[in-house]
Amino acid sequence: MSVATENLTGQVDILDQPLESQMTISMGPQHPSTHGVLRLELVLDGELVVKTVPDIGYLHTGMEKLFEYKKYQQGIVITDRMDYLNPLGNNLAYVMAAEKLLQLEIPERAQVIRVMMCELQRIASHMVWLGTHCLDIGAMSAFFYCFRQREKILNLIEAVSGGRLTPSYFRIGGLMMDLPAGFERRVKQFLDDFPAALEELTTLVSDNTLWQSRTKGIGIISPEDAIDWGLTGPCLRGSGIDLDLRRHNPYSGYETYDFEVCVELDCDVWARFRVRMREMFESYKIIRQTVDRLKPGPTKADAPKVVLPDRDDMRKHMDSLIHHFLIVAEGFNVPPGEVYHAIEASKGELGVYMKSNGGPKPERVHFRGPSFVNLAALPVMAEGEMVADVVAIIGSLDIVLGEIDR
Amino acid sequence: MEQVIKTVFPIVVLFAGATVAFGAVMGVVAYTVLAERKVLGWLQGRIGPNRVGPWGVLQPFADLFKFIFKEDIAPDKSTKFVYYLAPIVAVTAALIPMVVYPFGPPIISVDWSFLPFGLGEGISRLPLVLAQIDVGVLFVLGVTSVGVYGIALAGWSSNSKYSLMGGLRSSAQMISYELAMGASVLGVVMLSGSLNLSDIICAQIYSPYKWFIIPQFIGFLVFLISAFAETNRVPFDLPEAETELVAGFHTEYSALKFALFFMAEYVNMFTVSVMCVTLFLGGWYVPGLSHIFQFGTIPYALISVGAFFLKIFLFLFLYIWIRGTLPRFRFDQLMSFGWKFLLPVAIANVILTIVAIWAWNVMGWSQAVPCSN
Repeated sequence: MSVATENLTGQVDILDQPLESQMTISMGPQHPSTHGVLRLELVLDGELVVKTVPDIGYLHTGMEKLFEYKKYQQGIVITDRMDYLNPLGNNLAYVMAAEKLLQLEIPERAQVIRVMMCELQRIASHMVWLGTHCLDIGAMSAFFYCFRQREKILNLIEAVSGGRLTPSYFRIGGLMMDLPAGFERRVKQFLDDFPAALEELTTLVSDNTLWQSRTKGIGIISPEDAIDWGLTGPCLRGSGIDLDLRRHNPYSGYETYDFEVCVELDCDVWARFRVRMREMFESYKIIRQTVDRLKPGPTKADAPKVVLPDRDDMRKHMDSLIHHFLIVAEGFNVPPGEVYHAIEASKGELGVYMKSNGGPKPERVHFRGPSFVNLAALPVMAEGEMVADVVAIIGSLDIVLGEIDR
Repeated sequence: MEQVIKTVFPIVVLFAGATVAFGAVMGVVAYTVLAERKVLGWLQGRIGPNRVGPWGVLQPFADLFKFIFKEDIAPDKSTKFVYYLAPIVAVTAALIPMVVYPFGPPIISVDWSFLPFGLGEGISRLPLVLAQIDVGVLFVLGVTSVGVYGIALAGWSSNSKYSLMGGLRSSAQMISYELAMGASVLGVVMLSGSLNLSDIICAQIYSPYKWFIIPQFIGFLVFLISAFAETNRVPFDLPEAETELVAGFHTEYSALKFALFFMAEYVNMFTVSVMCVTLFLGGWYVPGLSHIFQFGTIPYALISVGAFFLKIFLFLFLYIWIRGTLPRFRFDQLMSFGWKFLLPVAIANVILTIVAIWAWNVMGWSQAVPCSN
């Protein structure tokens, strides 16, 4: 056995196991249902899982280091690529951390649009989760129905930002640009169709006895364990803990919206599934409210040294042109200090730790990825379950490897 | 010379019949694959294959050629002989039951004396079956069970852990559903008093219910569910559960060897559909057709054959529909479902049928008229 292999298997030494009863199987990184390039080292006794060791790092791209070489506004583009199912949420966490350092005041309209886009993105993210979760458990068609809904949202995101997967729509101090003409109508159209689509998926998936028998009672993690392992988001709420940063540490004006924090008490895959299904409807309710609140107004903060001026302004005012040149060429200086800002992303608490040394580039940016922390609890959930359940549990964690490896 | 021709002629006819039957089965199988992709496409809001030929009708052949031209890979440490044997076992076991498919009613109206050399002498009926085996039902159940060896051997010989688990699962699956399947057929066998597939159809013609699905509805359901397990289809596709075991038993198979497994699966689907139709839906029998055409004439036979295939297509469609709808069972759930639910239900059905037939005889009502071919 080579040195490299020895290190790899470090935690599970195959040679120590009696050959007759246990088998070590390497699941991934190119496995259909490990949601990307996750590798699991499963020690199996027949079909029962004795031990699970997640092995990550196959998608490591050094993003956190990259932030240190990019100006603040350039970092937004990198955040898109982390949790690529929830890029707007990543944008929001990042720009809000920078805004906290800069102590910027964000105009009302920009706040509302941010909430609206984030909730749309949450639905899109949950749709991908539902589709792939169904695919993992073998229900094929739901995948396509989910992606049809996601497609509609991606079209909306494309309309506002020009990008579908990597929108980079939020900017430090506001938005890239205002909503395009007729966007409200398109959102309303989507909202009108959405409850029926959700109902269809509920009939197809949630009400299916076979689906329930596959998800109920497996992957159990107790509320205490869930807190100890640092679970956040739907995974935590599926264990009966009522914690949603939108409600308990509100940002972007979430405290003014009327929505319910979905909590389920069963602690299993089914509970986490139910939480997300209900959350999609709550997001729908929030989007409805944001559409009503959209009032004309500025979408950028009044901070000319930080926020890029409008193109029109640039052509007319010398100072705007100078600001534009300086922001693009040199960036803007951020007061020294360090800050941690967390938002409720679709997968849980997405925290950004940002440290500034006063220059145009951050000294350190660290992301607390919810997928990364949630994945750590997989061995607890998977122990004693069957191979087929491991797949279901991974699905219920809703991980994105781009965020885990960063 | 005449003697030679007379000796060879029946063999030639048999071979011709086998070729026609084989062609028909393979054609249906090829287009089941296409239909599956099309129907799944429709169910999922897609179009399905539409590039090869008009409406994609040549897609099966494109697939076949692709498989033929792919590189034939065998894993280094596989047990080569068994590794190559497994797909052959699977596809052979799937194809053999073809000989007892009752494709249609015998044709008895044609006078064969026009054939030269007196070949038509003494031939009064042309059965649309390759072989009349008196234990046809047992034969089909037995031979299709051999197909599981193909899967288990493939899983074992590939020297891959995923394949091994697929093979193990298929063995476990087989013992869970095979008993229930056999028990569910017993009711039909008791009602018809025969194990010959043609006789079972004949018994249904003379039975007051016409189709055995009416008195044997429970048996039908059990058989249908077991049939899904027998063919490794969703929701019982555990041996090849792609999201758990990559591709299960055929993970390490490529090119034509994989195509053989693929073919075996679809031929098995066809076989169990034939069994379903024959045992429970009257086979080729269309109630009331004899009022329009004389039994034994060519039009009667043609329409019956058409009806037979139509009923089969219904079942094949059901397979595809279920595949597009249901998630997969878990290994232990399938086992407990097979042993704790299907088997007791099937046995209860057998007992119920015994009691019903006994009561029937006690009351002195007429039994089904025994048929002989």
